[in-house]
Amino acid sequence: MSLMIETGAVEPSQQVRLEASGIDLKSLLVAWLSEILYQVEVEGWAFAGFRVSEMSDTNITGYGTGEQLDPERHGAKTEIKAPTYHMLEVGRQDGGWSAQVIFDL
Amino acid sequence: MAIGDMIREVDKFTWEIPVQAQAGMRVPGIVFADRRLLERAENDRALQQVMNVAHLPGIVRASFAMPDIHWGYGFPIGGVAATGLEDGVVSPGGVGYDISCGVRLVKTSLSYPEIRDKLDALMDEMNGLIPKGLGSKGRIILSRREMEDLLVKGASELIARGIGWEEDLEVMEERGRYPGADSSKVSEKAFERGKSQVGTLGSGNHFVEIQEVDETYGLADKLGLFEGQVVIMIHSGSRGLGHQVCTDYIEIMGRSIAKHGYQLPDRQLVFAENQSAEGLDYISAMACAANFAMANREAMTHWVREAFERTFRAGARKLGMDLLYDVSHNLAKLEEHSVDGNKVALMVHRKGATRSFPGRRPEVPSRYAETGQPVIIPGSMGSNSYVLVGTEEALEKSFGSTCHGAGRAMSRKAAKKQVRGEELAKRMRGKGILVRSASLSGLVEEAPEAYKDIREIVEVCEGAGLSKKVARTRPLGVMKG
Repeated sequence: MSLMIETGAVEPSQQVRLEASGIDLKSLLVAWLSEILYQVEVEGWAFAGFRVSEMSDTNITGYGTGEQLDPERHGAKTEIKAPTYHMLEVGRQDGGWSAQVIFDL
Repeated sequence: MAIGDMIREVDKFTWEIPVQAQAGMRVPGIVFADRRLLERAENDRALQQVMNVAHLPGIVRASFAMPDIHWGYGFPIGGVAATGLEDGVVSPGGVGYDISCGVRLVKTSLSYPEIRDKLDALMDEMNGLIPKGLGSKGRIILSRREMEDLLVKGASELIARGIGWEEDLEVMEERGRYPGADSSKVSEKAFERGKSQVGTLGSGNHFVEIQEVDETYGLADKLGLFEGQVVIMIHSGSRGLGHQVCTDYIEIMGRSIAKHGYQLPDRQLVFAENQSAEGLDYISAMACAANFAMANREAMTHWVREAFERTFRAGARKLGMDLLYDVSHNLAKLEEHSVDGNKVALMVHRKGATRSFPGRRPEVPSRYAETGQPVIIPGSMGSNSYVLVGTEEALEKSFGSTCHGAGRAMSRKAAKKQVRGEELAKRMRGKGILVRSASLSGLVEEAPEAYKDIREIVEVCEGAGLSKKVARTRPLGVMKG
């Protein structure tokens, strides 16, 4: 999100449900990020934050909080073409999760 | 052993990575470069990717690398790989996320002194007419049915609505309509992303640039180019629709590959057989994205013509605003080539590489039969761009392919660390280049120092016989998303 806009400028006033699935953790992460990108590009969301409700190795559901995208107020930077598998890493770390993703801009 | 120790010099501009260099390679790697560019390629892991591509089933002759090669997602950018249509595979990574990202050049009969005083006004007109940047909305709203028609018919669908000229089709690849497009192979998500982006520029390294032809090298007059001429270059692709098609088919093919238990050197190198259901579906969807991209460039051309008409109070035809050519540099094309003396049907992937055919090929418009197919090479922001033509030698050496541009030398993150937006804008103004940009941080990422030297790239392509210089241009006004 911070690649696309100034996330600090977003009011977390509304919520939208997000879900995605994949064949393994890596494709799950790509699918999750693709879904967020879709919400930004098509439904016009600007997100301040995200929350995962449920997750397995192949399915994920959660929420994004934010408001309608206003390119000027939210300081639009660049579009994102897609999350890629290039050097993608995802796994458990210190009781939480850690991931590295490279986006095609 | 390091790649550097294994590379063999074939001639001054050609290097070979032998097939034994890495287990799994089916063909050698061939890199077109001078020593300096070769070293750069080695350092940025692009050569490793050239070797990975050589693993593709059915790959023919070699995994090629153009002089502007740099690392990409699976395939390097500046990579060419041809696979047999019958027994080979198609790979979305060999095309890129931005399917049919491409470039076109629009001529005018004007010279720079004639427009100098009106350049600012012209840029303002263009800025108002062409949507660009994150969150921008397209001006052309189509119903679902009309979108489906657009994806199948390409630019002609917009021309029929009065957006663009009929004669433009003659100088577009595939006459603006990539055959075999099937809109049912494009996902709902892709349709939704593309719906509000018809005729929009996008961001990143996409631009509309007003330029002056500042040098010509023979053949220029045959293409209707002259020194001092004002021309317009448009660089843009298939927007969210194409990006989604690539994302979708990487998943679809990924599932298929996982089922067959095939090991890939890189997940972004997923593929499907050209003749399989997934392969044929991807090719049809890719065709849709290519048609979308060509239609978009046609729409932006229409508005550029309108901007000129408003500024100079004359018709665009009177201003000589003919299209020179529209060419992709992220695409896979079905082409017939000579392999070991036989005519073979190949799926030629060019990612960050441009088709560079001699005039006698049936794909080249008859008006260019004598000169060769125009090749348009957009430089990075603020630097020169080039018009080249294709050659016979390119057919022999690289399945008719040449470079596509300067290629990045520095990541966007590094560029942002090194360059400040206001300073860059000031520097551009100091060079006499007007800038309209939707985003200052986006502008910085495109700073000229972030790119390789385009002159070197173009000289190496010429030295290797892949293309011939016809004209060089310099930017007068840049519009970016």
